[in-house]
Amino acid sequence: MRIEVDPDRCAGAGMCALTDSDVFDQDEVDGTVVLLTPSPSEEHHRSAREAAHLCPAGAIRVVE
Amino acid sequence: MTGTLRTTLPTTRSTPLDPPPELGRIREQEPLARLEYADGHLGWLVTSYELTREVLADNRFSNRAELQRFPFEIGGQVVPPQPPAKPGMFISMDPPDHTKYRRLLTGQFTVRRMNLLRPRIERIVADHLVAMREHGSPVDLVPTFARPVPSLVICEILGVPYEDRAEFQQNTDRMLRLDRTFDEIMAAFARIEEFVADLVRRKRVSPGDDMLSGLLESGELTDEEVANMGVLLLVAGHETTANMLAIGTFTLLRNPDQLAAVKADPSLVDNAVEELMRFLTIIQFGTSRTALEDVELAGQVVRAGDSVIISTPAANRDPHRFERPDELDVHRPASGHVGFGHGIHQCLGQQLARIEMRAGFGGLFREFPDLELAVPAEEVPMRTDMSIYGVHSLPVAFS
Repeated sequence: MRIEVDPDRCAGAGMCALTDSDVFDQDEVDGTVVLLTPSPSEEHHRSAREAAHLCPAGAIRVVE
Repeated sequence: MTGTLRTTLPTTRSTPLDPPPELGRIREQEPLARLEYADGHLGWLVTSYELTREVLADNRFSNRAELQRFPFEIGGQVVPPQPPAKPGMFISMDPPDHTKYRRLLTGQFTVRRMNLLRPRIERIVADHLVAMREHGSPVDLVPTFARPVPSLVICEILGVPYEDRAEFQQNTDRMLRLDRTFDEIMAAFARIEEFVADLVRRKRVSPGDDMLSGLLESGELTDEEVANMGVLLLVAGHETTANMLAIGTFTLLRNPDQLAAVKADPSLVDNAVEELMRFLTIIQFGTSRTALEDVELAGQVVRAGDSVIISTPAANRDPHRFERPDELDVHRPASGHVGFGHGIHQCLGQQLARIEMRAGFGGLFREFPDLELAVPAEEVPMRTDMSIYGVHSLPVAFS
């Protein structure tokens, strides 16, 4: 699994960091998405997909 | 075939904790129906979960103030067209203006920052539980707990003197009433604006360690912009969480098996908060957008200029997304609900609200495990007359 994020689209709602804080974080200054783990291990696949679904701004893409 | 059903926005509930049943019938029949607005406009009504997400994520649907229409009369009058949003009132703007303002705030409301506030919020909750105990049973939960907790939290964050909140609260109340004329509502709003503008002027002279001072010091904003952002955050921070705490408590007391599950396993409270957000959807008339260009949606064409009501209460009860949607189930996977909205305007303060609600419900039922209603449930006055749903008061008893 590979994850792509687009901070320009990000609305800073924090759903990704709330869903899996090992994979996603938020920028200290503007709160936009920071990708910690572009290719997460299998145990994070479900939550990464969930985060992509929850993202209100469509800023997260999961490539399987 | 969709788009053949014509309706007005259903607003009549038959049970206090469920949205109007007519919304469910419309969703089943035509999740994208034609909606007759109070000003004669023929727009659209979205009631399914899928279409709700689709419309709210699509920036061709605008939230600009001057494009909004109201689905019903307010205070017996058709609401006149609104002027464009004032500088800083970014909820009523589209990108890129919206983005500019929101980006200056999102860093302040991150999951991590809100988690750092948790001990302080738990302290505020604990102090109010002590005050409830000292007051003695029975007590009205709204003025003793549900309102002051989020009020104190947002006042501390923004740097609003808590002593000033009474006047402010009164005007917020007037502003959200549906039985006042639009002029009265706007007058109440103007007084809130004056209050915050005055506060911003004082902070320009002597800044504190708070969010309004921080916005002023960013050097990117005028006093007027900071004041309008402050108005937005203050109103949003007060009313929403306060109403969720009160009606959420009422809902748990009305569902004793669910409450028992949360008491038996306090780690369930996080999910219970999501489920209460889904189940109650206190933004009871949903949200509104207007198409900037022709948009194909569910086999129909929403024309440029058409307004759309997106019924988040109906979406959160959509059986295609949530099994047994009309049951409160604190164990269900409730994430993905649209109680905080969806798209670029999704609630900025949602991570704060989550922590307030977790601390609030958790603390309340830990301190008062035998909390119960002090009046028959049907005597609890519901906020059917307010744009944010909830209870006007909630008399509770404890030993």
